[in-house]
Amino acid sequence: MTMLADVPMVFILVGIAAYTVLSGADFGAGLWTLVPGGGSGLQASVAATRDHTRHAIGPVWEANHVWLIFVLTVAWTCYPGAFGSIVSTLAIPLLIAAIGIIFRGTAYALRSQFARDEEHGVRLVEYLFALSSVLTPFALATVIGAIATGRVPVGNARGDLVTSWLNPVSVLAGVLAVAFSGYLAAVYLAADAQRLTERALVHDFRIRALASGVVAGALALAGLLVIRVSARPLWDGLTSGLGLVLVIVSALAGVVTMVLVFAGRFGPARASAALAVAAVIAGWAAAQSPFVLPGLTVAEAAAGRSTLIATIIGVAVGAVVLVPSLAVLYSLVLRGRLDTVEIAGAGSGGVPRAVGRRSPRISLAAGFAVVTLVAGVALLVFAEPAWANGLGAVALIACAVTVFTLASRPAAELAGRLSRRPRGSGRGGEPSLRLRGDWCAENGVDSGFWVTFVHHSPPNPPGSPDPPS
Amino acid sequence: VVDQQYLFEARQMQALSLAVHIPLVCFGIAFPVLVLFAEWRYLRTGDPLYRTLARRWSKIMLALFAVGVVTGTILSFELGLLWPVWIQDFGNVFGLGFTLEGFSFFVEAIFIGIYVYGWDRLRPRTHFLSGLPIALAGITGSLFVISVNAWMNHPTGFRLSGGRAVDAHPWSALFANPFFWSEYVHMYFAAYIVCGFLMAGAYAWAILRGRRGRYERTALGISLSAAAVAAPLQVVVGDWAARDVAQAQPVKLAALEGLATTTRGAAEHLLGWYNGHAVVYGIDIPRLLSLLAFHNPNATVRGLSIVPLADQPPVNVVRFAFQAMVGIGTLLALLGLVYLFLRLRRGRLPTARWFCWAVVLAGPLSVVALISGWITTEVGRQPWIVYEVMRVDAAVTGARFIPFGYGALWLVYIGLGGAVFWLLRRFSRVPLEDDDAG
Repeated sequence: MTMLADVPMVFILVGIAAYTVLSGADFGAGLWTLVPGGGSGLQASVAATRDHTRHAIGPVWEANHVWLIFVLTVAWTCYPGAFGSIVSTLAIPLLIAAIGIIFRGTAYALRSQFARDEEHGVRLVEYLFALSSVLTPFALATVIGAIATGRVPVGNARGDLVTSWLNPVSVLAGVLAVAFSGYLAAVYLAADAQRLTERALVHDFRIRALASGVVAGALALAGLLVIRVSARPLWDGLTSGLGLVLVIVSALAGVVTMVLVFAGRFGPARASAALAVAAVIAGWAAAQSPFVLPGLTVAEAAAGRSTLIATIIGVAVGAVVLVPSLAVLYSLVLRGRLDTVEIAGAGSGGVPRAVGRRSPRISLAAGFAVVTLVAGVALLVFAEPAWANGLGAVALIACAVTVFTLASRPAAELAGRLSRRPRGSGRGGEPSLRLRGDWCAENGVDSGFWVTFVHHSPPNPPGSPDPPS
Repeated sequence: VVDQQYLFEARQMQALSLAVHIPLVCFGIAFPVLVLFAEWRYLRTGDPLYRTLARRWSKIMLALFAVGVVTGTILSFELGLLWPVWIQDFGNVFGLGFTLEGFSFFVEAIFIGIYVYGWDRLRPRTHFLSGLPIALAGITGSLFVISVNAWMNHPTGFRLSGGRAVDAHPWSALFANPFFWSEYVHMYFAAYIVCGFLMAGAYAWAILRGRRGRYERTALGISLSAAAVAAPLQVVVGDWAARDVAQAQPVKLAALEGLATTTRGAAEHLLGWYNGHAVVYGIDIPRLLSLLAFHNPNATVRGLSIVPLADQPPVNVVRFAFQAMVGIGTLLALLGLVYLFLRLRRGRLPTARWFCWAVVLAGPLSVVALISGWITTEVGRQPWIVYEVMRVDAAVTGARFIPFGYGALWLVYIGLGGAVFWLLRRFSRVPLEDDDAG
């Protein structure tokens, strides 16, 4: 049972680590757009820096963000009591994080729509983006700080709503999270710039990675001192056993990263930087083990056996889908296949041949639609058993798909098939799927219709200018 | 016991977040299918118009997905922030649904990145295939979330001990729930109605403004076809869902209809007002309620009085929402049938002014119907968070931040709404040629 109770906690920790090293870097990218350089020893222009960060995180940020959802859902399924206690006491930082997340998504959606020269709009969105990049990691890390220092008692909002997360360790954790994010982002963005052979950007992000690495390392050391003074049990956990090992791993990985970045080897630096940060998460978990909250061990907090097994099966099945999907995404990204620079040979090279294939038999499809409609209505409305209702729903969906494919094809194809008044292009033989030929016929514009219903001129043929509105 | 004022605000906050998120879910379910349909037409015909269409739509899809990601994240925060006791006592039963939804969400997020950034970079067929998981995840994601809602409305698969669930069997609780499938299919059709009519409304508007190019007409044809097919069929699915409610939640049905006392051969009332005892100023249709709910004009329909007043939902809210949904749904179904008739029997795309105006109006109306439907089922569930097991006031958080949070959320969502509106207008003004390259 104890083993079983621990497994979802491992999932949660993996999720937190993944969220920190992946989404954390996306947040950090937002941070660098706030200080995009353009002077003081940096080479790339402000606009180039912004574009680089935007393109680098564009394809991946949504997938990276989902780790947070994963952590939340596994936590509330498998450790519902602890989860309820944590979120009720730490409602304020979680709300702040949530608002930061809204800002971030909005900023990302908006940003792609501004042209480079629209300084005003670009700046507004950049600030929103950067603000979210500070708020969210800070707020989420204060939550971890609160849990790590035992300030969340078991129960509905039993802890102090303010001091639980506004205390030296929590604030330090927040600041450290922002620094880690910036550091990870700088290393990753340097690697991306190297792939794109953007010299100036490589130069800039190398400097940023080194500087933020020093800051993050110094903050981590300062943090250990604060923990020693104000959170003795956590200090003891971090300086003995597995906790100590992981702290050392983190420190070593951090130093190795600095060397690799200095040497311009950004690929391996990406991995070691991630390891340095992930080891901190693991070290925190080891220091706190076996307690989740004060007086509540992981085994005591765990849900029942069937829930744990169901979740483990669910995650295992999900992983079968997730792991290859992530592998595809990251390999495309890391090989530059999703970069904005066009790769020769792809795209327009493989345009399919526009051959007028035989269209499916339209009248057969219409018959199928009628049969599925009748069957669906009969099974849903007049049958009692659940299986019959389910079958009815399937029949209705089949009907919907069929009618949709009929209705959405170019009108010319339908003419002469279902229509009472067959028209030229579709009559006789199989109608072609090619959209060439007479404009009126292909768009199904019936001049009689216009005369009857609309008392103004017929539509413009393609290519003519739009009439003034 | 928590201050009832906070309870009210917590419920409003949850309702606000859901009302913002649910229309985006419709786009998550239906939009990828329409985008892929357009791309499939391109692959079949080689007509660059369809490629332009799919490309432009995919950009809107990505932006709406980004907004949906964050509003959905807010919801998952809120379930814990606002209702910690609910999660504490019952998370072991329903939580699995959200865990599985997380994986759907992952798949959607991964492939939407590949699909939208992969134009011109992947081979056409590969690119099309990379879009299929988005459409599949749209189906499974909503399925898992609605399985949780269906469980809240019809809780099974656990034993109650000291007010909390023990011996939970999450798989059967979520997916062997007879209440689930009708609710899910109902939402699935609603997604196509909302997404289809909103998109069609935008193109009908363009046509009214004189932009009647082939692009607008093709886009109108595809989006309107989706909505027009789903709207009439939704009537049948809705009837199925209503009969499931009649069986599992007699009090909710009584609230929908404003039926105070148990009645044999109950009448249906259209419009009117429930004064605490009966519907007044409404139009009565004798025996219709019994016929609709149980397929028997003489069937007995249980009234609100089978439970104490404290266990009854607010009747007028539920009833108005239900009637709004049914009324709008009927109009949309008629509009759909008119379109299908003109399209299939007459073989043309109707673009007369009256028709375009009807389509423009149908977009927002479909959203009203969607939200009304959710108000019907969720307010009709009150005062229970887990139907007839746990009351909402027992689930709410003890944290006193709710008024602040509620206010902040309003501000943020107003800003978000403005941003999305601006964004979509802007998308619509990008010249077509910009998407033809490549």
